[in-house]
Amino acid sequence: MTDPILSVRRLTIDIPLAQGTMHAVRGIDFDLKRGETLCIVGESGSGKSLTSLAVMGLLSGKLRRSADRLEFAGIDLMRQKPRTMRSLRGDRMAMIFQEPMTSLNPAYTIGDQLAEAYLLHRRASRVEALARAVELLGKVGITAAESRLSQYPHQLSGGLRQRVMIAMALMCEPELIIADEPTTALDVTIQAQILRLLADLQREMNMAMILVTHDLGIVARIADKVAVMYAGEVVEQGTAREIFDNPRHPYTRGLLRCIPVPGKTKPGEHLGSIPGIVPSLVGVVEGCAFRGRCDVAAPSCADPIPEQKEGAEHAWRCIHGQAEEGAPA
Amino acid sequence: MSETATPPVLELASVTKTYQVKQGMFGKPKPLHALSGVSLRLNRKDVLGLVGESGCGKSTLAKILLGLEMPTDGRVLVDGREIAPGERRLLARRIQPVFQDPYSSLNPRKSIEDIIALPLLVHGIGDGAAREQAVTRMLDLVGLPARVRRGYPSQLSGGQRQRVAIARALIMKPEIVICDEPTSALDVSVQSQILNLLGDLREELGLTYLFISHNLAVVEHLATRVAVMYLGQIVEEAPARDLFAGPRHPYTTALLESVLTPDPSLSVPDTHLGAAYPNPISPPPGCRFHPRCGKVRDICRTTPPPRVEGPEGHVDCHLYSAAPTH
Amino acid sequence: MARTIDTAAQQIRTASPAALLRRRIFGHYGLLFGIVVLATIVLIAAFAPLLTAHDPYTQDLLARMKPPFWMAGSDPDHLLGTDHLGRDYLARLLYGARISLAIGVIAALISGLIGTAMGVAAGYFGGRVDLVVTFLINVRLAMPVVLVALAVVAILDGSLQVVIMVLGLLLWDRFAVVMRSSVLQVRDLEYVNAAKAIGCSVPRVILSEIMPNVVNNLIVVATLEMAHAILLEAALSFLGLGVQPPTPSWGLMISEGKQMLLFEPWLIAIPGVALFVLVLAINLLGDGLRDVSAPENKG
Repeated sequence: MTDPILSVRRLTIDIPLAQGTMHAVRGIDFDLKRGETLCIVGESGSGKSLTSLAVMGLLSGKLRRSADRLEFAGIDLMRQKPRTMRSLRGDRMAMIFQEPMTSLNPAYTIGDQLAEAYLLHRRASRVEALARAVELLGKVGITAAESRLSQYPHQLSGGLRQRVMIAMALMCEPELIIADEPTTALDVTIQAQILRLLADLQREMNMAMILVTHDLGIVARIADKVAVMYAGEVVEQGTAREIFDNPRHPYTRGLLRCIPVPGKTKPGEHLGSIPGIVPSLVGVVEGCAFRGRCDVAAPSCADPIPEQKEGAEHAWRCIHGQAEEGAPA
Repeated sequence: MSETATPPVLELASVTKTYQVKQGMFGKPKPLHALSGVSLRLNRKDVLGLVGESGCGKSTLAKILLGLEMPTDGRVLVDGREIAPGERRLLARRIQPVFQDPYSSLNPRKSIEDIIALPLLVHGIGDGAAREQAVTRMLDLVGLPARVRRGYPSQLSGGQRQRVAIARALIMKPEIVICDEPTSALDVSVQSQILNLLGDLREELGLTYLFISHNLAVVEHLATRVAVMYLGQIVEEAPARDLFAGPRHPYTTALLESVLTPDPSLSVPDTHLGAAYPNPISPPPGCRFHPRCGKVRDICRTTPPPRVEGPEGHVDCHLYSAAPTH
Repeated sequence: MARTIDTAAQQIRTASPAALLRRRIFGHYGLLFGIVVLATIVLIAAFAPLLTAHDPYTQDLLARMKPPFWMAGSDPDHLLGTDHLGRDYLARLLYGARISLAIGVIAALISGLIGTAMGVAAGYFGGRVDLVVTFLINVRLAMPVVLVALAVVAILDGSLQVVIMVLGLLLWDRFAVVMRSSVLQVRDLEYVNAAKAIGCSVPRVILSEIMPNVVNNLIVVATLEMAHAILLEAALSFLGLGVQPPTPSWGLMISEGKQMLLFEPWLIAIPGVALFVLVLAINLLGDGLRDVSAPENKG
């Protein structure tokens, strides 16, 4: 058994607001090994994007991050100076953002932007960096890579820009890559291509990948492990099969009932829905945050919720689950 | 649909829309064919799903139907009667939109009540009391509590805002609702609520929807007919059941393949859609889809494909033309 | 009719936009300071006859150049002393506030109307209208305001009305620029399309859908232009081409005091400080309004 490349224990993110402290992420745990893909799935406001930014050390100033452990390849990220973090980012860990339009600087050529990280981290010559850029553009499926180097971002389509973003993230062969909704801004056909590309490259380069998304279809197709986030907590995590074939948390079950699945849901019939809205995370949050929307809530849901486990990976935070083994989903 | 006694509630007859696009500061304006000869028929209580990639002309089509843009050529018929330019207000009573982004589709400075009642006010329908009653009825219809009427959009969640937008669209009792990606800006759990609501309202009020979406799973769930658009043309149209069971146009097949169903035993599909979306200013010759098509033949590069009529739809593709294939 | 949502979904977030705005206003000290000072000056101007028994025009050649209260030899009857014609300086200062405010408000109103109409038309209709308006804005920007004002006033003879008209007709450029870009940002939003799809007429779309969402920018520009107009009037009056004596204008007071600059600096300092405080208050108000109304747009 190999050591995880990323290990997170009780990661907490607080946002001080005028009305009080917002507990945006509330003590989440996960591990990620080399070559594994973890999908963090959740709705808006669940804290999934903040979590990925916290790992990268990219939270903005007034957000407070704390953790019992935040280790990347044996390095304690909580104790690193900003300088060390900068030398890690773009080199050993890289990030791909949602909006390829705004993540590339319109004032520089593709070549310049691709070469930048490499020049910074590898002390390579410009010629070497550009050669590497051509190599990676080829890898992400961009034809005529050399002629692209002198182009500016606005000359590329959205799909091509996202490919450039991926190439940029991979320049220094990172060990961890974090993709935050990398295909949300793209068309379905392009989305499939980009996801396929990401999955192939991840396997080929044996990287660990965290993919943040709200799309359960993407999660099912690409994840090894899944963490379902709700109101700042990981309410359920496990392998993709465990989550999709045997979901235990009522929220996970609810989400899976909400989406129409061609061939499974009957056209026109009512889809499942999760009533209610996400509770406010400002001030003290006690018990299960989902209990207000849950159809199996009990009085004891207001108490601290123990984590239940099944097998090595599957864990969920709910008083139910174990006893419901045979109950209808 | 073959011959029906009543005319379709909405019909587009070879509608064309051309924009003049300037290239660079001193470049000569070039024509951009956003729509090239689009013909569509919607029967009462149909839900026509319109799918295609961004830039294919879906939104232009919606704007023409709403009277926000004038077609360059072709006709728009409602109940068999042609809508002339300038009949905007008449059209408004019969066709209403629900837009994609509930955060920008409601005026942030107006109360919910004013937003929903605006159509009545503009058309001078009813007095103050009648309008107030109508708003109450609409709030109830879309499942919002009466007390939100004095609130403002910023106080509502995304799903609630979309309900307000639906209430505004329905207060004039239109026959046709143009839904332009009505759920793509919403969270998964809210999306299903809005889809359920749209389905119920169609049943209760006998509405006809033009449902524009890039989410094919949603289209399959709601639509009775589907039209697939590519570069300003409708390349395939068929009843939803048939189209999803047996897509005929290679582009439709690719679109369906790229739907990611939540099945962990499958991996990301390979759609074989090589090149990126072409520039609509200079569309490829012959079949517009041929540079990306896996089944491309020589004729596709030179000759625009014929329209092959089926029993309940059509497909524009050389693969299905009557000419012998070998 | 049963719809599948429960009560929790129907909860409205508590704070209304009005309440949020109130909270932001009371948390913004610059804005509060601006409001308080400006309100004080407006009240002083309005109730000037009640605050001083003196008439700002009455000359008393026997009581010329009396120093203000903090200097030796001051006259308790003239708190801020008297000027070179023996007129009560406090009275002239108080009545002068009326002139400054009137010029600021009316000039900003006139230029606001012109600039807003042009800017909104350019932003909403675009195309040729936009080309024409942009051209006019450029023409206007190419003219040096002070020189043109000087020339016009010199030809027409300075009077309060002429100064207001000249400033009103010259200061519309910023209104036009800001309104044009604000309307451009709003005009393609979906609620504007929704209003058009409902069948709203063009004036209705502009007045009821677009204007309420750009009016905060308008107010900010209006305050800045008000301050601008007040300063320009003072400058013109100082040069002898603005408001004509014996009208009590602050600019004129500075101009009349400038001969005694070395011996009686308070003659300039008093109207100068008044002018400074008024312009500062208006600018703080404008900045504050911009800060307070900006987060509103983010929803």
